[in-house]
Amino acid sequence: MKHPARIFKEAIMHLFKKPATCGYPFEKAKVMPNFRGRIDFDSSKCIGCQMCVRVCPAKAIEIKLSAEQPPAPAPVEGQPAAPVKKKFDCIMKLDRCVYCWQCAETCPKKALIMTQDFELAHVDRKELRRHYK
Amino acid sequence: MSKITIPLGPQHPALKEPENFMLVLEGEQISGATVNLGYNHRGMEKAAEERTYIQNLYLIERVCGICSHSHTTCYITNVEEIAKAETPKRALAIRALFGELERVHSHLLWLGVAAYEMGFETLFMYTWRDREQVLDCLEMLSGNRVHYSINTIGGVRRDISAEQKAEVLKRIAYLEERTKYYVKIGTEESTILARTQNVGKLPYDVAIQRGAVGPTARASGVARDVRKDEPYLIYNELDFKVITHDTCDVFGRLVVRVLELVESYKMIKQILNGLPEGPIAVKVPMRLPAGEAVNHYEAPRGEDIHYLKANGTDKPDRVKVRAPTMANLQSVAYMMEGGWLADAPLVIAAIDPCMSCTDRAAVWDPKKGKTTVYGWEELRKMGIEHYKRRGVDFSRL
Ligand code: SF4
Ligand code: SF4
Repeated sequence: MKHPARIFKEAIMHLFKKPATCGYPFEKAKVMPNFRGRIDFDSSKCIGCQMCVRVCPAKAIEIKLSAEQPPAPAPVEGQPAAPVKKKFDCIMKLDRCVYCWQCAETCPKKALIMTQDFELAHVDRKELRRHYK
Repeated sequence: MSKITIPLGPQHPALKEPENFMLVLEGEQISGATVNLGYNHRGMEKAAEERTYIQNLYLIERVCGICSHSHTTCYITNVEEIAKAETPKRALAIRALFGELERVHSHLLWLGVAAYEMGFETLFMYTWRDREQVLDCLEMLSGNRVHYSINTIGGVRRDISAEQKAEVLKRIAYLEERTKYYVKIGTEESTILARTQNVGKLPYDVAIQRGAVGPTARASGVARDVRKDEPYLIYNELDFKVITHDTCDVFGRLVVRVLELVESYKMIKQILNGLPEGPIAVKVPMRLPAGEAVNHYEAPRGEDIHYLKANGTDKPDRVKVRAPTMANLQSVAYMMEGGWLADAPLVIAAIDPCMSCTDRAAVWDPKKGKTTVYGWEELRKMGIEHYKRRGVDFSRL
């Protein structure tokens, strides 16, 4: 059965409704609690196994030895010298990352931290290459 | 009347994706149409050979933005078949749930696009607003709106909690209400009827002959649906109907898609209420034994086919993707013939084309440094010869 202007009533009703969109960027945008955002790095946990680098589909992550290494712990009398824990840096190329979180899920030491950060756009490309120390 | 040939596209002829249609016009009537592809070739299949199986998941997902879950599920079914992995039942159910949520978001998107092509922008706004509900469900369950990345080799990455289940059911209930309204609008509003009825005709036998798939075929009365014909995941346990329509025009395609939404809501509720208990993933070794697998999957746009060849390393030897739009393009050329120029965008949009899915074939000879495009006859001859060498004779077909 044909009905001209069937949608008219609905359209009029919508005039009195609140907008369905949010006023971002003037208002804070809501993201879901498990939203996959930027990956952060905790250097104290990383053991430099490179598993994250190997698994990353976008070649977005690099793990390098830090320029400054922590000093060796003072040797204790009568015990073999404790192995020094090396310190690693992480270089994260945010322009390559596809935010899949595969690296964080692969990391055996949970050194990669999953955050809900999404406001990552930048006018300077260099800023997209983050160096976490 | 003299004939002129005009190009439609490649600057978005219907959807915002590049493809080109050469239309032969007699006045305002289309008397012939050819489809030209190749503007969106991204070399994905070759790139997949350079990546490990787990990295490929994220690459294959990006074959298409709208049916990302369809492609990964099809690919991963191949991987798991070769690895002989026993995927847990709960993981299969979650995959099916995502498949249906994806169908809902894809069909609502299409409804909006079709309304837009008809010049009915009010409906476009409403459907896209309501589509946000299902996108929110997907973001909540998986962590992203479009590239859900829920699949992993051997299962899924995230489980579904009781609160999430309740939230999804709440949103689906809202969408069910809205869809009832869209069914009414779609079948009664005279603007839609005038724009879609008897436009882009594709009779039953032509749909079969040209190999149409998905809602395009079902709107021509071809009851073909991989979920019913060869159930994968847990579809054999779900109760749903294959929706067909016999008007064979754009109106039929609209009705099929809107009624499929209703079936999808039904399935989502069944899956969530009967979610089997157990683990969500099993461990699968990084290296796959040598072997081959082919699988198909009912994507929102139709049958999606993936082929995978493994050679015993952690990278595939060959990945081949046949996206549903590829199968439907032959029908588009037929649908446009005899129609009006003004209807062309709507007819193209009515198969819900996805060009980035489709563009995948170009032959480049590195020795001669030139590109060749094979015609149909040549491809057919090569195919027959290829299978003859393997002992199958297709020459009489
Ligand atoms: S989130 Fe994905 S793409 Fe980004 S660094 Fe990790 S593995 Fe690579
Ligand atoms: S971040 Fe994790 S996976 Fe990457 S090198 Fe460090 S410990 Fe290994």
